[in-house]
Amino acid sequence: MKESLGTTGLILNEPMLWEKGKKGRCGFSYPQRDVESYHLDDELTGTGPDFPDLSEVDVVRHFTRLSQWNFGVDTGMYPLGSCTMKYNPKTNERQARLEGFSGAHPLLPTHLSQGVLKLMFQLEGFLSDITGMDAVTLQPAAGAHGELAGMLIIHAFHKSKCLHCSKIIVPDTAHGTNPASAALCGYRSVPVKSNEKGVLSAEAVAEIMDEDTAGIMITNPNTLGLFEENVKKIAEIVHSKGGLVYCDGANMNAVMGIVHMGEIGVDVLHLNLHKTFSTPHGGGGPGSGPLCVKKDLETFLPVPRVVKNNNRYLLSENFPDSIGKMHTFYGNVGVMIKAYSYILSMGPDNLKKASQLAVLNANYIQKKLQGIFHLAYDRPCMHECIFSDKLQKAQKITTLDIVKRLMDYGFHPPTIYFPLVVNGAIMIEPTETESKENLDLFIEACKAVANEAQDNPDLLRKAPTRCKVRRLDETTAARHPCLTG
Amino acid sequence: MRYLPHTNEDISSMLQVIGIDTLDGLFSNIPEDCRRAGDLNLPKPLSEWELNDHMSKLAGNTAVSPEYKVFMGAGSYEHFIPESISYLLSRSEFATSYTPYQPEMSQGTLQAIYEYQTLTARLLGMEVANASLYDGASALAEALLMAIRITRRKKIAVSSLIHPLYRRVVQTYLAPTDCRILELSYLKNGRTDLTALDEIDDLAAVAVQSPNFFGCIENLQAIGKKTHDKDALFITSFTEPLAYGLLKNPGSLGADIACGEGQSLGIPRSFGGPALGMFASKMKYVRNMSGRLVGKTKDMDGKKGFVLTLATREQHIRREKATSNICTNSSLCALAAVMYMASVGGTGIRELARLNYDKSEYLKKEFKKAGFTISFDSTTFNEFVVEFPAGFETKYENLLDKKIVSGLPLATYYPELTNQYLFCATETKTKEDMDALIRGVKS
Repeated sequence: MKESLGTTGLILNEPMLWEKGKKGRCGFSYPQRDVESYHLDDELTGTGPDFPDLSEVDVVRHFTRLSQWNFGVDTGMYPLGSCTMKYNPKTNERQARLEGFSGAHPLLPTHLSQGVLKLMFQLEGFLSDITGMDAVTLQPAAGAHGELAGMLIIHAFHKSKCLHCSKIIVPDTAHGTNPASAALCGYRSVPVKSNEKGVLSAEAVAEIMDEDTAGIMITNPNTLGLFEENVKKIAEIVHSKGGLVYCDGANMNAVMGIVHMGEIGVDVLHLNLHKTFSTPHGGGGPGSGPLCVKKDLETFLPVPRVVKNNNRYLLSENFPDSIGKMHTFYGNVGVMIKAYSYILSMGPDNLKKASQLAVLNANYIQKKLQGIFHLAYDRPCMHECIFSDKLQKAQKITTLDIVKRLMDYGFHPPTIYFPLVVNGAIMIEPTETESKENLDLFIEACKAVANEAQDNPDLLRKAPTRCKVRRLDETTAARHPCLTG
Repeated sequence: MRYLPHTNEDISSMLQVIGIDTLDGLFSNIPEDCRRAGDLNLPKPLSEWELNDHMSKLAGNTAVSPEYKVFMGAGSYEHFIPESISYLLSRSEFATSYTPYQPEMSQGTLQAIYEYQTLTARLLGMEVANASLYDGASALAEALLMAIRITRRKKIAVSSLIHPLYRRVVQTYLAPTDCRILELSYLKNGRTDLTALDEIDDLAAVAVQSPNFFGCIENLQAIGKKTHDKDALFITSFTEPLAYGLLKNPGSLGADIACGEGQSLGIPRSFGGPALGMFASKMKYVRNMSGRLVGKTKDMDGKKGFVLTLATREQHIRREKATSNICTNSSLCALAAVMYMASVGGTGIRELARLNYDKSEYLKKEFKKAGFTISFDSTTFNEFVVEFPAGFETKYENLLDKKIVSGLPLATYYPELTNQYLFCATETKTKEDMDALIRGVKS
């Protein structure tokens, strides 16, 4: 094989912030004091927080060194399944930083914020077209926040019909946050198993769907990277009992321009702008989780909504059936700007092509790694493929060992032990922005690790060896939590 | 397209490996009746340079400083942000990484978030802080849900001087539950009226904001005592954490949970988001807390390192029994906040908070000198309410033409407060700016 990507370089140790600095230093340029000091009651004043005093250089070196212990999409391939770690275009960052956006106060009179309102209005339109749904809110701040908004809408819908459902169906191939979001609305999740093909059968849903069930939460494509091909039939069953179909659209990256979510029976769907629409994940957030609905649910969307009236954009509260507000203001506008820039940069044909190439890349990896690792479902996949550690079990090598060793080869591990339906799952989502050469390097690395599992399994158990730290003791961390310094 | 690396040759050789002829063939598992009939109906792609023009035009449409002088806070504050912070945040090792599930490759994010948790706990005087929530409003909603879980009671009392938009988010979150929200009215001095508390029992929590929506500093100690006498949890909310650089922190005044908005700490306003939900509590409640936590531990060689911990509270393990559904949070904003707290430092945050206090006191004094009424006489931080003679709307519009945003009209949120406006002055407003505002209002 070619020279491995993984190597070692000089990175520097760095103490905790509070172990640095000296009283009297400062990393901030104080504005001129042009007013006198006024009286303030001693009763109200405290001693001030115990922060270190650091110079600007101290702060810059500290965080630069920390950053070098991190791995990002810009460093290399980051094939986390279900997370869509595609390239985050740099021009998007420039746009979000423009003073007219980043400096805008959210409560400005609307005639002084027309530009950003127009952008939001147009973005809603773009997302509506891409999904085939009728109306969109951009307010949810993350995917799970969108799920919660969606559940609240389903709850409000049933309430408007004087119905009180207590259950919701959640398949074993749904995202982990789904049941938690439903629980916040008082729904008890009723699990349903996917069939031997890794998808939900209409019969399984028909068996448990009843009038006390608010609906179903399907992830489509599901977390096995498979299209729920019976979705239309399932939607008919759910609708016939008065339920609604919620679709977790976190995997929309597989089907842009290919599937029309509005016509397959989906009533409510959330998107993740930080997955499908290329905005950076920021080491955990901020994201953005727009929610798309069919016409008859539009009345329940969160307020305020951006409306267009005589070529002016307004924020309207005039939706009496609305579930209310999900976010202090309008959601993560900074993230919306990046997604808007992405859509305008790509255009309709390239968005479709992105989905095609994402699926191409996943199927290519699936084909090439078949037999190296155990393939959970032997059928063509969508944007991600799922293997397991079954073939390595004989050597007492686990999924964890395998992916930790991949780090030494210079790759971020895939998602592991998820979805729960596959024991020891290794879930690989390459995304469309990885070239064939990168995929080949990844495949070579996986093969090398599989060989090592046979010949020298200890290499895997002791991995990683090339990172800043070696495997960490997570058990002690949870048993004796040390959460502040 | 520059983000798509595949050449036609790549595509055909990959298709060959898979054993199909065309890209369309990849989707053969999708039934015909689930397919989209036509093409996407989106604008044609723009080049990078066309996009720059388009976006600059859109952004040019918004009233922002320095062209405009915006004397409005109300949960979104203008503060100076050092370039060093923007520069560090744009480091792609931070920006383009995922939630640190694989700690060996994410020590940078993990140590930085641990430092954020630590400085947040110190700022608020609390024992433990989480890695962030979405914003101040969702942080308050999560705090109330947490109190309901801990006490197993269903009634909460919320001050009417908590940011009105936070209260609306709380209503949304609690709508499907059978919990009851009691709203505490306010006194003439601009502080929360606690008398209603005397008549209710079985409270899960009492929540107040300090400095409150009118900028007034609440008597947290007294409220905390009254809350604890009722055996309820004391939740303090905030929109302006910089205040605790100068004022007594909520922890020292008895808060069980302190939560609010961290936008002031180095995060641009961005039309309201991304924001930063700060969340801290007493250690004994940590297992009921929502959101992620970073903890310190050791690696196989005994070397210090950091991991996400107490994950049993989270959805990927307990699914419907999780403490909340939050997954993605505001990590990069938390990084901005820790960089900001480190940059201003212990000495600096006190000085900066003092300057903020003095600026707004100057403006308040000038309003009084000009003959206007300050609506509430409690001590304020950064913000205060001014009452104008009837018909001020016209003046407000005239001032907008002069590129001055003279406060936030309060009648939208408090219908009884007609002609009353909430003003804000931070370190970004010079004496000259404030004098110009007063001249404009007087003219």
